[in-house]
Amino acid sequence: MLAFFVHRLGQALVVMFVISLLSFSIQDNLGDPLRELVGQSVSEAERQQLREAMGLNDPFVNQYGRFLKKALQGDLGDSYFFKRPALGVILEKLPATLELVLGATLIILLLSVPVGVYCAINPRSWFSKLMMGVSIVGISIPVFLTAIMLIYLFSIHLGWLPSFGRGETLLIWGGYETGLLTADGLRHLLLPSIALSSIMLPLFIRLIRSEMMEVLEQEYIRFAWARGLKRQRIWFLHALKNTLLPVITVGGVQIGTMIAYTILTERVFQWPGMGFLFLEAVNRVDTPLIIAYLIVVGLIFVVTNTLVDLIYGLVNPTVRLTRGNA
Amino acid sequence: MSRYRTLFRQSALLYRFRRDKVAIASFSILLLLLIISFAAPFIAPFNPYDPTQIDIMDSNLPPVWQTDGDARFTLGTDTQGRDIWSTMLYGTRISITIGLFAVLLQSLLGIAMGLAAGYYGGRLDSFLMRLADIQLSFSTLMVAIVVLAVFQAAFGSELYNELAIFMLILVIGIAEWPQYARTVRASVLAEKKKEYVDAVRVIGLSRRRIMFRHILPNTLSPILVISTVQVANAIMSEAALSFLGLGMPVNQPSLGSLINSGFQYILSGSWWITTFPALLLILLVLVINLLGDWLRDVLNPKLYKE
Repeated sequence: MLAFFVHRLGQALVVMFVISLLSFSIQDNLGDPLRELVGQSVSEAERQQLREAMGLNDPFVNQYGRFLKKALQGDLGDSYFFKRPALGVILEKLPATLELVLGATLIILLLSVPVGVYCAINPRSWFSKLMMGVSIVGISIPVFLTAIMLIYLFSIHLGWLPSFGRGETLLIWGGYETGLLTADGLRHLLLPSIALSSIMLPLFIRLIRSEMMEVLEQEYIRFAWARGLKRQRIWFLHALKNTLLPVITVGGVQIGTMIAYTILTERVFQWPGMGFLFLEAVNRVDTPLIIAYLIVVGLIFVVTNTLVDLIYGLVNPTVRLTRGNA
Repeated sequence: MSRYRTLFRQSALLYRFRRDKVAIASFSILLLLLIISFAAPFIAPFNPYDPTQIDIMDSNLPPVWQTDGDARFTLGTDTQGRDIWSTMLYGTRISITIGLFAVLLQSLLGIAMGLAAGYYGGRLDSFLMRLADIQLSFSTLMVAIVVLAVFQAAFGSELYNELAIFMLILVIGIAEWPQYARTVRASVLAEKKKEYVDAVRVIGLSRRRIMFRHILPNTLSPILVISTVQVANAIMSEAALSFLGLGMPVNQPSLGSLINSGFQYILSGSWWITTFPALLLILLVLVINLLGDWLRDVLNPKLYKE
């Protein structure tokens, strides 16, 4: 287990190193920090002097080293637009995005497991067939269209739910703003979460269904029937356990996709999260902010993937043998 | 050639196809969409790329069956006065083109990597598969958004708009190679153990010939299955990127950019600019997905699973 752990950790570090290298080369090639700093009215000689003083003429490795050292201390430069540390600007928006992901994850978990299991147990019932049909339509509708449709139906047509923003938020410890504790915040969260979950939900229903159907065919389940165990016990204890194993791995990969989709959802709902901020930063060519977003999102990806792999290694020991030696 | 034709006529694939109403319907709709989009210059009543055919006075007209509708514009016009039906046809052509070429690129890259990983094994295999794992953990959409955003910021939007179609194909094409690589590798590993491979090795054929002429043809059915789904995914990714303003520009719209340009006006009541391209996009992706599902059921390959 320890070897597996070290192996995964090493891989995570390599990935973070590559991300930092990429981020740095973006910073190096995108926009001119000097122009952002002093504007147009400074003479060429003074510019050269400043360049030298800021170390912009140093070799790549030295500059990268400096970037890395600062980055490790949490300093990713000041946002050109906000004139504040870029990392701080990003982290302020992190709660909004996390709450959106949390909302969507809850919807997915609460719906996909029961529906998926039902469809696997009763593959011939009309409800299962309906769900399979609905899910393939669901997979074919892009997230941003679901979002637009939800706004059109529930905000414009029926006027039940708000169409943009986070609503009322509460400040809890350490500058963490949450919309989960106010009724208004929850009302605002509902549509974006549904929109975000809309593409994963059918995917997970189909995945759980097919995995469970495969598991139900296996010898140990037949043996359990032969032993005369109760149906519920076979379905929900023996079969479900092994069904959820591959679901964990897919879930880990899907977290990355989900964060990408938050950008789309946040744009449609003007949700003040990281993705929305990132799109604004791209339009303003706010390089430090773009970099900060890359690094924060990269870190989220790497941490969740490593955690998922470790959890998977814990619950399924066979993985450690095959993968640890790879 | 005629031998292959009779083979195809007697094949299980065609037999199953004839008995499946959903498959026939999806295939017909897909074929129809392909024909009308690639024949867009002949079918479309207007050319949305030609500024002389666009009159700003015609902008924002609703579909013909609504009270303010204009008989010339069946599905209404957008805010620039372009006929929605015509722009949709041209847009579908762009979306399908990007989807097909991106998948072509993915499959070339992925098949090469998958073949190499599966056939040579060892260090090369573990390196490539690790790379695939890592790349898959960053979703395609995320990678594409970041890469395109950085390029847009670096090139400036004018140059970017000219290159957009190539950038989209490149980015979507490169980002999804692991899907193919994994599938191909898994089938190669299964095929490698079979006797016919031993036989050709004993005959003394070169490695490359064994790989490309003997193993590769036997991995085609899983490739075919994932290719359909991949085209649907590529079209969806393109739409998402264009919706974010990172894809096709307004003067050369794909379905995604059409939806994007109408999105701002949906609140003020101009629902048709977004709705019609959106329906077409959903229909297009849906029929491809349905065909993919059907192919998966028929060919039933052992797809790579972790």
